[in-house]
Amino acid sequence: MIEIRGLQKFFGTHQVLKGINASVSKGEVVCIIGPSGSGKSTILRCINGLESYSDGSIEIHGQRVDNKSPSIKAIRTEVAMVFQRFNLFPHRTVLENVIEGPVYVKGEQRETAIARARELLASVGLGEKENAHPPQLSGGQQQRVAIARALAMQPEAILFDEPTSALDPELVGEVLSVMRKLAEAGMTMVVVTHEMQFAREVADRVIFIDGGVIVEQGPSKEVLNNPQNPRTQDFLRRVLHPM
Amino acid sequence: MLQFLHHAREFMPILLQGAWLTILVTLGSLLLSTVLGLVWAIMRVSGIPLLANMSAAIINLLRGIPIIVILFFLYFVMPDVGISLSALQAGILGLGIAYSAYQAENFRAGIEAVDPGQLEAARAMGMSWGLMMRRVVLPQAVKIVLPPYGNIMIMMLKDSSQASTITVAELALQGKLIATSTFQNATVFTLVALIYLVMCVPLILLVRHLEKGSKK
Repeated sequence: MIEIRGLQKFFGTHQVLKGINASVSKGEVVCIIGPSGSGKSTILRCINGLESYSDGSIEIHGQRVDNKSPSIKAIRTEVAMVFQRFNLFPHRTVLENVIEGPVYVKGEQRETAIARARELLASVGLGEKENAHPPQLSGGQQQRVAIARALAMQPEAILFDEPTSALDPELVGEVLSVMRKLAEAGMTMVVVTHEMQFAREVADRVIFIDGGVIVEQGPSKEVLNNPQNPRTQDFLRRVLHPM
Repeated sequence: MLQFLHHAREFMPILLQGAWLTILVTLGSLLLSTVLGLVWAIMRVSGIPLLANMSAAIINLLRGIPIIVILFFLYFVMPDVGISLSALQAGILGLGIAYSAYQAENFRAGIEAVDPGQLEAARAMGMSWGLMMRRVVLPQAVKIVLPPYGNIMIMMLKDSSQASTITVAELALQGKLIATSTFQNATVFTLVALIYLVMCVPLILLVRHLEKGSKK
């Protein structure tokens, strides 16, 4: 459902993405791994138009992603995003955060949106927190609310931009287990992550990016257990055995 | 002291009339400057170069001209082009326009202080620019903007005395008129100062309250 062809992106004169080709089918879970600054997050941000791109194309269900065109709104309601720093709206309650998109962007009935939001909050284990404000929650709880907020849009795919990188280590598990449940339920997911365990167990496919190019990609167990490219081998060795 | 009280009783009714006009000028120009300031600020952050540059030019122009000169323009020059304003109208308009520049800068600072991640979250869920401003940015900017807004209110209350230069019979002008006709300078201006202070105290308390609220 997501087709990326020859994607190039410059920040000023610095080329971040140097011709990325990749596709994600419906129901697939794809993890993008690679060193910081390799362009992983930039790919995600191009997919839902938070960044514009210089060359190449991104299509979602054949619809070209162009953040200057009015069609971007429809694309963004189909492809939701979860951020590293959660980015919940601090001035609204948890429940209001979750119904914000459905009610104000998609124009759903408030009652319908609230009913679904409550189900979603219960499914991420935060049924009791609907009246709390985000700053009162732990990072792990905030990220689970953010996932519920993304799901409330009833998207076809969710993009996760390092969803556990800002969390204390003991809170990472609760977020990953929610994501695992989502994957098992058949949600299409593109996850930029440093959690190799998650990538190995949950992802169908892993894409390794370094210096703005795809160095290696394939079924997650193959890439992670038996990397072919020396750069992938080197990266995995340093991530898995940092000492 | 007894004499002071005696004079005070005599002058107070006139001074209070002046104080009423001071409040009128302050409230009117506060309203106008808030609305105009919001317009300039929104233009400035709109991301549309023409609007942003226009707003920047207007703000710099207004900041570079003394309030008193703006008042003279409105009251003495505008009739030449066929627009006659009453002194009160010109006073409110002049102060409102002059202060809109400071309001705009305050509002802009508040809008820009909102975490960029908030804008990304709003855009990523498909919000238009207007919806994002209304639902995400402005509600958060208000909290940041309120304490300095209170300070601007206090400054406007005091600067409303500049309207006396175009014959608005507000507190400062009434005081001056009484003083020149009775020679009771000390009594009159002490009273004028006290009345300004009394009007400022609620505003000062409000600012303190707002500053506490914004720290939460």
